[in-house]
Amino acid sequence: MRRALAGCIALSLAGPPLGVFLVLRRMSLMSDVLQHGILPGIALGAMAAGLSFWAMGLGGVLAGLCVAMLAGWLTRATGGREDSQLAGVYLLALALGVAMLSAQRGVDLSNLLFGSVLAVDDTALLCMAGVACVALPGLALIWRPLILESLDPGFLAANGGRGGLWHLAFLALVVLSVVGGFAALGTLMSVGLMMLPAIAARHFSATLAGQVRASVVLAILASVLGLLGSYHLDLPAGPAIVLSAGGLWAIGLALGPRESLLRRLRRVPEFG
Amino acid sequence: MRPPAIRVEALTLSYDGQAAVSGLSGSFAPGSLTAIAGPNGAGKTTLLRALAGLHRPDAGRIRIDPPAKHPIALLPQASQLDRGFPISCMEMVALGHWVRIGAFRGQTAAMHEAVRAALDAVGLTQLAARPVGSLSAGQFQRALFARMIVQDAPVLLLDEPFNAVDERTAADLLDLVLGWHAAGKTVIAVLHDLRLIERAFPETLLLAGTAIAWGPTPACLTPANIRRAGVGMQAWEELPLDRAPARQAVAALQRRPAA
Repeated sequence: MRRALAGCIALSLAGPPLGVFLVLRRMSLMSDVLQHGILPGIALGAMAAGLSFWAMGLGGVLAGLCVAMLAGWLTRATGGREDSQLAGVYLLALALGVAMLSAQRGVDLSNLLFGSVLAVDDTALLCMAGVACVALPGLALIWRPLILESLDPGFLAANGGRGGLWHLAFLALVVLSVVGGFAALGTLMSVGLMMLPAIAARHFSATLAGQVRASVVLAILASVLGLLGSYHLDLPAGPAIVLSAGGLWAIGLALGPRESLLRRLRRVPEFG
Repeated sequence: MRPPAIRVEALTLSYDGQAAVSGLSGSFAPGSLTAIAGPNGAGKTTLLRALAGLHRPDAGRIRIDPPAKHPIALLPQASQLDRGFPISCMEMVALGHWVRIGAFRGQTAAMHEAVRAALDAVGLTQLAARPVGSLSAGQFQRALFARMIVQDAPVLLLDEPFNAVDERTAADLLDLVLGWHAAGKTVIAVLHDLRLIERAFPETLLLAGTAIAWGPTPACLTPANIRRAGVGMQAWEELPLDRAPARQAVAALQRRPAA
């Protein structure tokens, strides 16, 4: 239980700030693509080295990077609508991953898909802490160019800013964070703790830094509430955490200080 | 710092597989103030983006002479930006320092002062802390001008700078443009309003796939040329220059001997 809490706090530090940028860059769907996209890599890792966490994690990171680049390339190459290309990629990746995992004996599919945060061992905890240690400073490093690339990509390109490089670095951090989440929450829900607090954060702050801080606080709150709920109500921990995050989002949406339904109802003017 | 000359040699540009500009040759003299006019789809924006290095020519070339590091600042159409992004007006203006501080260095006190001065010059001091998403179209355009002031490049490219802004903002921004010209910068602006061009812009490039005319404005904007370019004078809205500073600036400009 204590391991689970520590792991979830590490994930709460790593994921939601990245999620805020995903939301702002209108790339929310990308998080779905990545969480499904890592599954074939995890399956390959499991095939090569059994249920070693490191092998599956490495496979997941590599597969996630491949899927991210494939999706980006497909969009550019076909000029098609990005969302349809992404949906195609992730459905395929999910099916492929499940097929590959089912073909192996001794693999508990539901554990990989839905996670088992209460069974997190030291290796997985170390990995989640590692992800947090890379993702946060990593985001801090690319903070300014990433903002510029989101706000005005032409400006960055005209001033020798290599926008694609920052975009790729950002996606790499997202992949890392998704893979970090899979041990605790499973591949199907690893993104829940990353995206829901990020989506909720815009109802709590108007500034970027404020939204990032709010997302982290909300994610930690969701982790604690989810684990407590799972313990007392005997629910599986992963869904309990994601449900808590969803509950916080609903509260923000309904009653938050910004752009919430309550504000709209009262037509309160917004400043800052 | 004297701006470099920009020479265009047999330049051919395409957009989405369609030829936008073909065989354009000529030059923008250092310190000149040029308007680019022409009908929709004439390749005006594509040409501006190519000059800024954002669009690769199919043929021909663009020479910056003498070559300089980051000589050009581009004012994009406001619709090109994500206005909902949650940063403050001051932060967006400060991004104009990008070419000097890049991704990692901090602002010096002097740079911070330059940001304040730029906000003051466009009249946004009071709104510095507001998120850019809450600014009106005119205020947002003022903020983009402030960012350009902070960039302080010798060559300034403006894509429809007075579009979709209120009259007062348009007049204030025109003042800034004329001020840049007076300070010796090279300014190139895509504009719709032929009357405004006649009154405030000494040079004109009349573009319709290629140059219909390029030179001093009175010689360019003849009825015959305008007909050839396919733009109707009556189609353009006149920008009222009813504010005193703008009028004075234009008058001062007209008093100057023709270059």
